[in-house]
Amino acid sequence: MARRDSAFGEFKAPLGWFAGAAVVAVVLVAVILLVRDRREENPNGAFPTVRRAADSIAAPMGSALSAPVNWAGQVSNSVGDYLFAASQNRDLKREVTADQSWKYEVAALRVENARLRSLLGVRTDPPMPMVFARSVLDARGPFANTRVADAGAASGVTEGNPALSEHGLIGRVIGVGAGTSRIMLLTDVESRTPVLISRNNGRAILVGDGGPNPRLDFIRSSDNLRPGDRVLTSGDGGVLPRGLPVGAAVLGVDGQWRVALDSDSAPIDDVRILLFKDISQITGRGELAPNALPGVTTGPPLAPPPTLRASPPKTQPPPAENAQTGRRP
Amino acid sequence: MILSSRPLQPQEWVGLPWLLCILATLAFATPIRVMGLQAPEPVFGFAPAFAWAFIRPSILPPFALLLLGLAMDLMWGAPLGLWPLCLLSLHALVLAIRATLSGHGFLVLWGWYGSGCALALGVGFVLTALMAGAAPNLWGVGGQWLASVALYPFAYRLIDRFEDADVRFR
Repeated sequence: MARRDSAFGEFKAPLGWFAGAAVVAVVLVAVILLVRDRREENPNGAFPTVRRAADSIAAPMGSALSAPVNWAGQVSNSVGDYLFAASQNRDLKREVTADQSWKYEVAALRVENARLRSLLGVRTDPPMPMVFARSVLDARGPFANTRVADAGAASGVTEGNPALSEHGLIGRVIGVGAGTSRIMLLTDVESRTPVLISRNNGRAILVGDGGPNPRLDFIRSSDNLRPGDRVLTSGDGGVLPRGLPVGAAVLGVDGQWRVALDSDSAPIDDVRILLFKDISQITGRGELAPNALPGVTTGPPLAPPPTLRASPPKTQPPPAENAQTGRRP
Repeated sequence: MILSSRPLQPQEWVGLPWLLCILATLAFATPIRVMGLQAPEPVFGFAPAFAWAFIRPSILPPFALLLLGLAMDLMWGAPLGLWPLCLLSLHALVLAIRATLSGHGFLVLWGWYGSGCALALGVGFVLTALMAGAAPNLWGVGGQWLASVALYPFAYRLIDRFEDADVRFR
């Protein structure tokens, strides 16, 4: 029987309505995924596992694709070096002359620093182990600023490890696969980094917004901030070690204090991932949280001083301390 | 003489552009810097999202856009579901005003394409601001919009290639 003769022969499918229904159904699926992904905290959950798998698949392709790009970049840099050799030479000579005075000052400060450290008994931080990696994928849009580096759990990288370029901090690791790790850059809209201003030790939070210069929020002593002030990691919260170079303070066109990142001054294809877990790695967990506080030896109780007037005390006396532990009951 | 149109083969009008978008996004996700400047990051998925809705209403493109958006989320490290919603907002807009768009020339359609891209990036802006608790940089959004709008010739090429393939939707 021909189709036209059947019961559905004259049936016209409202394809526009079906297409609209498909759009609505797919939007619902996307919304559910978005909500579920935001609530996923478990690093071994389905979403992080899918991300790790995707990074592991995309990283080799990105590596292969970035090879000619790197080659082209090197050629372009070589051409630039050739064209600007004379001006670069002049700048370098000027820098060398300026650095001569710093050279002797640094040597003198090193000696003084060592003497003061020995006087105070300060123990210097042990060298931090690090892993060298190459970034193979790069997201630089306004909604996500991340990079994929070709070093992962097999190299000892864990989530939270800080990542640096040759000039300064670029971000921290937010996902780790066997041979890849995803780094959230300081410019990512979800990035929050505690920093300090090296000149006055003022504290602030570096907030990424997807632009090239993240802004400084919650600035303590913002009146004393000057353009060009060096910005370092403060180490507050113990997520990052203290003193990693971040950049220099600049006043944005919107009137907000922002940071010109040190890492912008060089390509960040090559990254160093510090295998830093928390502050106890530097100081020793035992010193940070002793299991038992040392006992306190006390002498015999003193006789109360003679009172001149028999009046009740205006304030409550502090509770008696436990002589053995020093803790209040 | 009977004039017969070429049938729309899903692998031709959906499959191949989908694959090209994935490859182009992956190629542009490499850490490119020319003379110290970062390359822009256009959203290649906007071109088929616009063109597929314009060519004809179909059930297949929304699902292709879902997969394309999820692939973009995974490549760019965005929350899963963000880019599917952006792409689908553009697709839904064009589906809704398809009758208005038909018959217009290259430049007018380019204007509509730019408006659709602005809507899609606006959806991304609002969702990101809600999720991150901070508004993304508007200059960054503007830069991505410009880079994406520049891709319109690819969308027009797709429309031109398949617009007359299904006579029911001329």
